[in-house]
Amino acid sequence: MNHEELQIRTQSDIVLVRKAVRELTAKLGFGLTDQTKITTAASELARNTLEYGLGGHLEMETLKNDLGKSGIRLTFIDQGPGIADIALALTDGFTSGKGMGMGLSGSKRLMNEFTIDSEMGKGTRVSVTKWK
Amino acid sequence: MAEQNTHLSSLLQKNEQSLLTQWIEAQQRVIGTKISPQELKIQCMDFLRLMVEATHQDKSTSIDGPAWVTAKKMLAEVSKSRTNQGFSPSQTALFVFSLKRPLFDLLRKELVDRPNEFADAIWAITQILDQLGLYTAEMHQRSREEVINRQQADMLELSTPVVKLWDGILALPMIGTLDSNRTQIVMESLLQKIMETESEIAIIDITGVPTVDTLVAQHLIKTVTAARLMGTECIISGIRPQIAATIVHLGVELGNIATKSTLADAFKLALSRTGRSVSKTTTHSPATGMRK
Repeated sequence: MNHEELQIRTQSDIVLVRKAVRELTAKLGFGLTDQTKITTAASELARNTLEYGLGGHLEMETLKNDLGKSGIRLTFIDQGPGIADIALALTDGFTSGKGMGMGLSGSKRLMNEFTIDSEMGKGTRVSVTKWK
Repeated sequence: MAEQNTHLSSLLQKNEQSLLTQWIEAQQRVIGTKISPQELKIQCMDFLRLMVEATHQDKSTSIDGPAWVTAKKMLAEVSKSRTNQGFSPSQTALFVFSLKRPLFDLLRKELVDRPNEFADAIWAITQILDQLGLYTAEMHQRSREEVINRQQADMLELSTPVVKLWDGILALPMIGTLDSNRTQIVMESLLQKIMETESEIAIIDITGVPTVDTLVAQHLIKTVTAARLMGTECIISGIRPQIAATIVHLGVELGNIATKSTLADAFKLALSRTGRSVSKTTTHSPATGMRK
């Protein structure tokens, strides 16, 4: 339905991503808790895109399913080095960097749908969806 | 490409007055009275004079030579003052570009029977004025960046207050995003203040923090751990219901850090931990406040 793209190249882009996601979720009528959950997941994934994917972009979509329920889909795409072992990356507490190792798995728990595709040397694509 | 602007210097000098009038009119048509007529006139007069000098000394069509230094310096000043008055980049660059029309009109009159020379002169002037115009726009951009940098620095200074609530009790009200370089500074200033005041308890209030993700949580945990090493207990307050739900789903363990939903609750806890309590006085008069 609705489609918007945001670049993720610097730290301040993450702030802009959060702001855009928060505004869109509010516009779609998500409750305060869901707004916060979606924004937090976006913050985690945007930072992954920047730190591990060496920058990329976010595609924001608003959805409507057969039952008339509305939702939001966020797809983070980078052309970075890729993830060698996705199962390992999704393990709580595992990190190849300096973080807590909860970002990817945490985002999965914060959202309804979560898909991740990654190819070594080509990049990573993480897509998350939340229904109202 | 040398000796391209042969006409410019003498042309400018000879027709200074009429050029000035037309140039000022052209600018006023677009920017109105945003700038006072006297100020505009002085700027235009000064710049025309500098242009006469520069084109007299430097006959090339480049503005990179030493002859143009003074003129460019003046353009930078004009650009800065217009930026501060709220002009857009194009309105700022207009100062130079609006000179084109009057100059071209003048050339047409002067070189009416010499089309080749006319074309050459137009090209030379276009090159010079375009470079000057772009230079002005660039200066405009630079002034804007300076403003942004200054504001960022201001924010760093302003947004890191560490407040003393009571003897031995500090509070750090956090506002805004906590995943930037700022966080580091905020945390360091807290630890510094803890050392200076030898406080027993520090309350970190995150009511003003819209998003608590794993990086923010990590910063908080690190600060609390560092404070603990210095012998100070931290209480995190301002955890709203939506933040609590998010932290749980995120899977972040705040471990044995004391947390409270409001700053008031945290303060109460801090008082009781330091062996104090707040109670109402029997005489109900507004002048009697809290008792130690």
